[in-house]
Formats: sequence, C-alpha cells, structure tokens
Amino acid sequence: MAKATTSAKAAPAKKAPAPKAAAKKREFPAARPSTMKKAVMHYCPGCGHSVIHRLVAEVLQEKGLAEKTIGVPPAGCAVLAYFYFDVDMVEAAHGRACATATGIKRVLPNATVFSYQGDGDLAAIGTAELVHSANRGEKITVIFVNNAVYGMTGGQMAPTTMLGQKTTTSPFGRRAEFEGHPVRVCELLSGLDGVAYLERTKLNSPAGIKKTKKAIAKAFDIQEQGLGFSLVEILSACPTNWKMNPVQSWEWIENVMSKTFVPGVYKDVTARKDEEGGEDAD
Amino acid sequence: MTKSKDKPRKQLLRGTEAVGEAAIRAGCRFYAGYPITPQNELPEYMSRRMGELRAEHPEENPVFIQSESELSAINMLLGASVTGARCMTSSSSPGISLKQEGISFMAGMELPAVVVNIMRGGPGLGNIAPSQSDYYQATRGGGHGDYRTIVLAPATVQEMADLTYEAFDLADKYRNPVLVVGDGMMGQMMEPVIFREDQPMRLVAKLPPKPWALRGAKGRPSRFFRSLILPPHEMEEHNWRLYRKLQKIERKEPRAELVSVDDADFVVVAFGTAARIARSAVKRCRDKGLKVGLIRPITLWPYPSQVIRETADRGVQAFLSFEMNMGQMVDDVRLAVEGRAPVHFFGRPGGVVPTPVELAGVIRRIYNNPAKTM
Ligand SMILES: Cc1ncc(C[n+]2csc(CCOP(=O)(O)OP(=O)(O)O)c2C)c(N)n1
Ligand code: SF4
Ligand SMILES: [Mg+2]
Repeated sequence: MAKATTSAKAAPAKKAPAPKAAAKKREFPAARPSTMKKAVMHYCPGCGHSVIHRLVAEVLQEKGLAEKTIGVPPAGCAVLAYFYFDVDMVEAAHGRACATATGIKRVLPNATVFSYQGDGDLAAIGTAELVHSANRGEKITVIFVNNAVYGMTGGQMAPTTMLGQKTTTSPFGRRAEFEGHPVRVCELLSGLDGVAYLERTKLNSPAGIKKTKKAIAKAFDIQEQGLGFSLVEILSACPTNWKMNPVQSWEWIENVMSKTFVPGVYKDVTARKDEEGGEDAD
Repeated sequence: MTKSKDKPRKQLLRGTEAVGEAAIRAGCRFYAGYPITPQNELPEYMSRRMGELRAEHPEENPVFIQSESELSAINMLLGASVTGARCMTSSSSPGISLKQEGISFMAGMELPAVVVNIMRGGPGLGNIAPSQSDYYQATRGGGHGDYRTIVLAPATVQEMADLTYEAFDLADKYRNPVLVVGDGMMGQMMEPVIFREDQPMRLVAKLPPKPWALRGAKGRPSRFFRSLILPPHEMEEHNWRLYRKLQKIERKEPRAELVSVDDADFVVVAFGTAARIARSAVKRCRDKGLKVGLIRPITLWPYPSQVIRETADRGVQAFLSFEMNMGQMVDDVRLAVEGRAPVHFFGRPGGVVPTPVELAGVIRRIYNNPAKTM
C-alpha cells in the first residue's frame, strides 16, 4: 500500500493519504493520471465507462499500485481498456475475466489484480466464474459496470435489464414470466464466505462519482490487505442504447435502476456487523 | 537412454502419474482442472504433488486449483501463462471441447500451455473406454480461428513422461499451446519409468526468463495482451505471423517411429494405443513372412507426412491407417501419400480395443489384395 506523509486534509485516520504527486495534481483536476494513456476514448458521450476508467486509474495512481497491477478487461464496450489504462493488461474471453484474474493472482500473490466487466460479461456468460472466484475468496477486485444492457453488441437484453425495459431483444419490455427478473449481483454474492467487500454505487451525480471512487479505493485496500474477494457494482449510463440523453440517463439511474439495484455496502469484513446491509443513507 | 553412476531411479508409474510427475519436473507450477473420467488420477496426483512441493519449496509457489468447469480451468491457465508460469490442465474429450475457447485465445495471444487429453469414446458423453475419437479436433486447431496446436501422442508410459516433459519446452519455445493425447488405457496402465539425467527437476528460478510476461510494469512501459484486432489488415498480419511460426513448427518438429519399414511392402500407420496393438500385429505378420512395417506418428500435428511420403516413394504396395475411431487420421495418411499407393483404413470406434490377432487378420487380407480399398 502507498505510504504517504503529506498532511493532505483532515481525512479519516484509517485512509491512506494520497502521495505527493497526486496531491499536487489535485490543483488541476482535469489532468490525466499517470496510470492513463494519452488516448482519445471510443466511448459514447455520456457513457459511464470513461468516468469509471478514470476513477480506477486515479485510485491505482494514488495508492501507488500501478507498477504491480495487472488488469483484465472483458469482451464488452470496455474491450479496448488496454488502450486507455497505462498498466499491464490481458484481455479475457467473454465472461472469463474472473478465471483469468484468478490465474494471474495465484501466480503473483503480491500483484494487484482487477477485472473490469459489464453485466452481460459478469452476470450472464461469466456467472460461474464470478460466483466461484468469489466463493474461493480470490484476492482480486472486480469492477462491475452495470448498465442494464449489452452495450457493445447493440443494446440487447442483459441479465440486469429492468422489468419493462425495452431492448432490441426484449421489444415488448422485459417480462418476468419469460425473461426472469433482473439479477442482483451484490445480493447474490453477499452470502458467500470468500467475499470480503461488496458495494453498489450509482454514477449519476458528482456525489455518486465521488462515492464510487471511494468504493473502488476501499475494494483495492481490501485486496492489498489480502482479506478476500472484492467487487464494486456501478450503476452506469448507456445513453446510446437507452435512447436517452445523458441527463435523462442520470435521472433513469436515480428513478428506475436504483430502485431495483439499491446502492449500498453489501458486505465489508472490515466493518462491524450492524453497519452492513443494503440501504444507503446518502 | 544413458545410464549414469548415480543412476536415475526406475519407478513403476501409472500413465497419468507419469504425466503429472513429468510436469512437476519440467517446472509446471500451475495446474487447474475439473474432474472427468478416465483422467481423474492426474488432477489427484497434481493436487498432492503441488501440496508437497509447496511444503518443500514455498518459494516455487506451486498452485493447484480444482476449477468449477473446464472453461474456467483453461482461462485460469491463460492468466497463469501470461505471467510466465509453466502451466498445465488436463481433461477427457467432453471437457476438452469446453477448453477449446481458451486454447484458441492462447494460440492467438501466443501463450504457452500444456493440455492433456485422455480421450474417450464419443460423440457427446460417449463412454469412458479408450478411444482416439478426438484426432480431428486435436490436429485441426480444435477451437475457432486459424491456428494449430502441437499434438504429442505417446504410446508408452515412459513416453507419456518424456513427451510431457518436453511439451513444456515446446510450448515455451514456440509460445503456443501443446496437447498431449492419450486414452484411458494409456492413462491407467502401469509401466516402469525412468527420469533421465537430462530431465532434472527444474526450479522456477532456473527456467529461461520470459521477457514478454506480464508481472506489473515496474521499470518498463506497460504492455498488454489482446485477442481483438479489429482492422482487417492488422488481423491479417497477425494471422500471417502465426502462420509463419506454424510453418516453422511443421518444418522442424514432425516426429515418427519407424518399425521394420526399410524392406516393407505394406505399412501400417497408427499412434498411441493403436500403435501398441499394431506393433504386435506387425510382428505376427513378420513371423509369418509378410513384409509389413509400422510408422508410428509421435507428433500428430505437425504430421510426419514427409517420412510417409518417402516410404510411399520407395514402392510400398499399400498403407493401412489403423485407428480407434471411424477413420480420421487416414485423411492425413492419404494427404501424405498423395496417390502413390492405396491407403486403407481399419478402425474400431466406441472404446472397443481391437486385438493384435484381429488387426493381423485385416493386414493379411489387404496384403494379399493391396489395390482393393476396403
Ligand atoms: C463467447 C462470446 N459470445 C458473445 C460475444 C459477443 N459479445 C461481446 S460483448 C457482449 C456483451 C456485452 O455486454 P456487457 O457485458 O453488459 O458490456 P457492455 O458492453 O454493456 O459494457 C457480447 C454478447 C463474445 N464476444 N463472445
Ligand atoms: S454503447 Fe453504451 S456502454 Fe457502450 S460506449 Fe456507448 S454508451 Fe457506453
Ligand atoms: Mg452492459
């Protein structure tokens, strides 16, 4: 973990303060973190992926983890993540990122290993790999981008598509009796003993973005401490396939998505028992 | 081969154990697999040996994982391989079908790995009896895309050890997955095995470095392994690069054993268990004065076409491809012979193991009427 001596702010004592370089960068909030390549991203305007990339990159930089990090991007809109992250990366087959990350982490127990996965990748084709990596308590961090659709392939129904939500393969809206209910990943995993940290955040406001970064930072801390499997589920906009503008998509996250996918900390082995569980105050 | 003063110990090993021990000695420190008969003794052996090794050499960080599926196992290997670790998985036919996804990805990303297939009868679940029904799958790449894997086909327990040991070097040398194929008979049978002096226990620290591996971008620019190459021209270039590598393997690595071929006017071609049967049958025929020989491919890909063609050029009357399937390798024999002589086929699928007597009968019938294809 990054050890820093700068007296950054009156941050909570248990949080590692940011190293000097990062603290300096803060004067130019738009500056590119050293963990990101100088590249123009291919993401659509208003897409959550680019923001989430940035947050992960900032956390890796601020914690001084970049040089020992190996990231595993998915098949999905984030498939080209290795063009954006300036850390070692290996692309996984669709859905297999948790298995590939397991292989890496077991050989290099001191490396920081994260997978970056969409809802189709993680909660449909990769469900077995997810559940069993979590259950084995693999010391990896999963960045789970829940945008309620298959973005990359053109907006088909995802396991996380909302009831009633129209997609190219649920033209009448998702119906529980035929397509089943949306899969709640955090709830699903929370009963597994290998899991150390689960949090769901919503990326639809500056506050939500800050909270998401905090959750990502916490997940990497959990990994560095070797406590077990960590996952952050981020409710993230796909304006293109939702057929909305960015503002409407943020509202949809607030008014529709987060009703089914309630933000909050679902598991935290570092917290006292009564602090956990679903509902989130802010 | 060589006998030394501190003579390598002769051990009585089961085929699967020979594979496992050879892998450990070759420096394999990552095994992931999912149980399936008839190869369960191999993951069992690996779980025990990796555990023992961890106690002896914790710095070697040996890893055994019983995965949730073969899909998962092969994709774990992808991760282990990209870090530079020597890694192996094993399965039997239905499980190997599931591994094809990862094998294709690793072939495309040029990542080494050793995959053992203890074949059984098929299609589908088939049965667990000895079979060679996965020849096509093994030798044609197996998964999607333009690639091949090196395929080694041992015929004795000693050779299971030797070829597995070598498989790791070949995989690293060419940065390509290598398959070792056997069947339930080979896996279960016990024979004496000697690990020679040139097959020492290799510790990770002593293995040749892999400068391409990902271990975190400390002191160097970051890099990545990808599978997606969208621009057709770049993908084509990548395909060409892979192809040139595979061509090199085709030039350098074909291997076969020739038994009584020099003066033969009839040649049986068989690998693995079938080659053991063929060896006895050929001997029976020779005892009766028939000039029969055996070509035993040791590499199924690259196929030893050259030696078969040269044999055909010497005026052999006919060839017989003998397989424990409905006739798959016979295509490669025909491609090698290129019409120089008739190529016959005899096989028993479904896990039925023909006897040498049965095969000798078939050989005699064709021997007496070589032009007539059955
Ligand atoms: C084996 C396999 N099946 C299907 C695909 C096609 N495919 C690529 S990405 C994807 C789904 C992407 O959706 P998601 O995981 O939600 O990521 P998003 O694009 O929404 O971020 C699919 C079906 C594939 N690459 N591989
Ligand atoms: S399709 Fe959706 S998820 Fe993909 S880049 Fe566009 S907005 Fe983002
Ligand atoms: Mg999605």
